Amino acid sequence: MIEIAGLTKSFNSHQVLDRLSLTVKTGETLVVIGRSGCGKSVLLKHIIGLMKPQEGSIIIDGIDVTKLSGRALDVLRKRFGMLFQGAALFDSLTVWENVGFALHEHTSTEEAAIRERVRECLALVGLEGVEELMPSELSGGMRKRVGLARAIAMNPDIILYDEPTTGVDPIMGDVINDLIIGLRDRMRVTSVVVTHDMASAYKVADRIAMLYNGGIVEVGSPEEIRQSRNPVVQQFIQGKAAGPIQEGLPDRRILSRWRKLPWKSQRNPEEPEV
Amino acid sequence: MKVSRIAVPVAVAGAWMVELLEYAGHLGLLLVQSVGGCFLRPLRVKSIGYELLKIGAQSWFIVSLSLLFVGMVLAFQSAYQMKRLAAEIYIASLVSLSVVREIGPVITALIVAGRVGSAIAAELGTMKVTEQIDALVTLATDPVRYLVVPRLLAAVVALPLLTLWADAVGILGGMLVGTMKLSILPSLYWKMTTLPLVFKDLGSGLLKSLVFAVIICVVSCLEGFRTEGGAEGVGRATTKAVVSSFILIIAADCFFTALFYFVGR
Repeated sequence: MIEIAGLTKSFNSHQVLDRLSLTVKTGETLVVIGRSGCGKSVLLKHIIGLMKPQEGSIIIDGIDVTKLSGRALDVLRKRFGMLFQGAALFDSLTVWENVGFALHEHTSTEEAAIRERVRECLALVGLEGVEELMPSELSGGMRKRVGLARAIAMNPDIILYDEPTTGVDPIMGDVINDLIIGLRDRMRVTSVVVTHDMASAYKVADRIAMLYNGGIVEVGSPEEIRQSRNPVVQQFIQGKAAGPIQEGLPDRRILSRWRKLPWKSQRNPEEPEV
Repeated sequence: MKVSRIAVPVAVAGAWMVELLEYAGHLGLLLVQSVGGCFLRPLRVKSIGYELLKIGAQSWFIVSLSLLFVGMVLAFQSAYQMKRLAAEIYIASLVSLSVVREIGPVITALIVAGRVGSAIAAELGTMKVTEQIDALVTLATDPVRYLVVPRLLAAVVALPLLTLWADAVGILGGMLVGTMKLSILPSLYWKMTTLPLVFKDLGSGLLKSLVFAVIICVVSCLEGFRTEGGAEGVGRATTKAVVSSFILIIAADCFFTALFYFVGR
């Protein structure tokens, strides 16, 4: 179980997380939705100890991650797997070296056994015969799947997914969704998925939490989120420009006036017509 | 009005000082962590070998070419003065001393900083902006031990070796000019080259190159780790790594030259 309480983080004067509280139950897949730049990835980085909060705690099975450092944090991290937005594969290593990285670093497993485990993990994500390729030789979807294979190589209890379907085509996005569900069912892992892809969120989530203005504004099952009366949640899940969320959007009055303008009058009158 | 006239430059100078101290703190911390990491086992022999190849073997040609020309230029320049005194024979001693004590270590370090330091900063900077360094940490691996230590060990082995080679090539450059253009007998030139050289000259040059290796590696790695903001950030980090290495190399050279001057008197 992951219990996040009162998590606060700001960068310079920009408050990203503001007393955020959230609980992830063991074995469930919790999807955190929210706009780009709202702090979803920052939340994930706090859970795995890549960032330290100004205030608050993250208790994982009784251990406060925010109080750990050095070796104790590394011991805890071995229970995690993380899939990064851009896969973050090590450029200088081959696919098999990437996937077997943690096994090679932290266990005394023989190379043949590591290779076998790598093949197994790659097969789980639907890849075969790519072991000797370099990351630069892979497509975006393949990179994500290799990243996922690397994340599961050490049989983690918790997997964190940072925008798993971003940057891949919709079909590959659905393949990744199926993999997330398959891993949950097969390995009984606790998963935290950060995304703004609602199709993916509805498909993989046991529960969905919406992050807005540094805090969680609503948590519930996909159906509860669909039926939410919160206008912020409704605007986001329906993907509408009109609504209470207006930060970073162009002024709608200007936009509507601009739309009504006839095409010719948008040109500079002094500009000669071609 | 008067207060603000003073306040603004003071604030700017203060902010600059804070930034400088922060940079020095980060540099010191990384230095301690990476030197400490050199004593931890297991060492990544394969990575060290790979970095040795990159730092040493790939810089060998450009260092040779540069020092050959520098040795020749030194001989020509000193010939101007020495001819007036009819003391051309001392060109050999002048070239050998200045190459071994000063020019060899410094020029080699500057070339390696430009060639290797920039590559290290760009590589680590790209790893930082593509979250590869975060990925390393999530895989419970210390980036300093994994990325900095092999480069540091390779640099402290490669740079002194390169410097020794550079010294030899620099002396050869001077010898080419001395024997072919200034008509000094090769045997005499060689004798005058080795006559003033003592172990301390070679030792001080090599000690400097050791310090320069640490500077290049730690500064470049730090700039890589501090990279932010995509491709533009990587470009900025690369430039900063080279500029900072250059300044620190020259400053360290000045410090050590003064130290050896006063200590060795």
